[in-house]
Amino acid sequence: MSDQHTHDHGHDHDHDHDHGHHPEPPSDVEARALALESLLREKGLISGEEIDRIVSAYEHDIGPMIGARVVARAWTDPEYRRRLLAEAGPAVAELGLGGPSATNLTVIANTPEVHNLVVCTLCSCYPWAVLGLPPSWYKSPAYRSRAVREPRAVLHEFGLELPDSVRVNVWDSSSDLRYMVLPERPVGTEGWSEDELAALVTRDCMIGVARPQTPAAARS
Amino acid sequence: MNGVHDMGGMHGFGPVPIEADEPAFHASWEGRVLAMQLRTRGKWYHLDEFRNAIERIPAARYLDAGYYERWLIAIETLMVEKGVVSPGELATGLAMTPAATPPQRPPHDRPPLRPRFDPGGRVVARNLHPESHTRMPRYVRGRRGVVRSVNGPYLLPDTNVQGGSRDWEPVYAVEFSALELWGQNANNVICVDLWESYLEADV
Repeated sequence: MSDQHTHDHGHDHDHDHDHGHHPEPPSDVEARALALESLLREKGLISGEEIDRIVSAYEHDIGPMIGARVVARAWTDPEYRRRLLAEAGPAVAELGLGGPSATNLTVIANTPEVHNLVVCTLCSCYPWAVLGLPPSWYKSPAYRSRAVREPRAVLHEFGLELPDSVRVNVWDSSSDLRYMVLPERPVGTEGWSEDELAALVTRDCMIGVARPQTPAAARS
Repeated sequence: MNGVHDMGGMHGFGPVPIEADEPAFHASWEGRVLAMQLRTRGKWYHLDEFRNAIERIPAARYLDAGYYERWLIAIETLMVEKGVVSPGELATGLAMTPAATPPQRPPHDRPPLRPRFDPGGRVVARNLHPESHTRMPRYVRGRRGVVRSVNGPYLLPDTNVQGGSRDWEPVYAVEFSALELWGQNANNVICVDLWESYLEADV
């Protein structure tokens, strides 16, 4: 049944061996993934089109641009900010964003006194609904082990230096709750539109390993 | 379980591997594994069972495998355990038998929130070391903290993976100081989400 879908496996991988011309040993992870998919399709549990659709959604549609729009709205609308911090799921849904999985979302606001940082030490829980899939470093043993014990050293590796007077608040996503950071609005952005503001908000800002670019840096 | 997945506070993993402009998937099979998980989870297994299946991967293999390889191993494990595929079918990729019937959907039995602790309450994380699945990281066990917020109720993962009782409990965001957890006099606090039965009152 593998002829039912035409996408090409293995053209964007970084293995150095040739695919498709000889059988893969069963230990090869890609061959195993293809075998499992083939089985689940043969048994009628999934279709190749469904898989293609999900992959495409996470490649193109579900990503940090969603969270950035939420942040930009919170920066421009104090009432929205209040609702977002009180109960994030409905506030995200107000904008027509996030889908059903945003219901367990909590948004935590950075202030001049407190900087927030999100991690999942036990696996890699992440607010997919507003940020998409986590970056590799978020899933790495280095980040998972160190963010709770030495957050400032981790932030230093991301180029973010915080004075000792700023409290670092680490959130270990160990339950069903998901956390997203609401960064502080950069100075010098008075009068900016939501679209202009959203362009300053990166994924890393909403995890807490970066701060939004200043307008001068954004222009350059 | 005190597995290698419980990484909070460990040494020896080096600097954070930051990759600029990384793609959503580094190989096409990764996206297909993700999609297979999304299409089988909720019908054949739930998230706690999936996490538990990842945690059951032997430690050396867990560390050697990447994120999506661990997902693949967990899906393979669960699909065999739930009677969807057989080990022989996995080896050949050829279906020999139809899949078993999916388990019944869980009941809508979520009760109202009845928390034992209030925000500001002082709590101690119990010194529990279950051999099976738990969501209490070991670095908080026996440590004192303060309840920041009350959430849920959510099903207690420890019993939910066993498939027996469905224990709805409040989940508390508990704040621990860096001094309490790591002996560091740093201006850092760590909030961890903990189910009610992981906690006792600090009196």
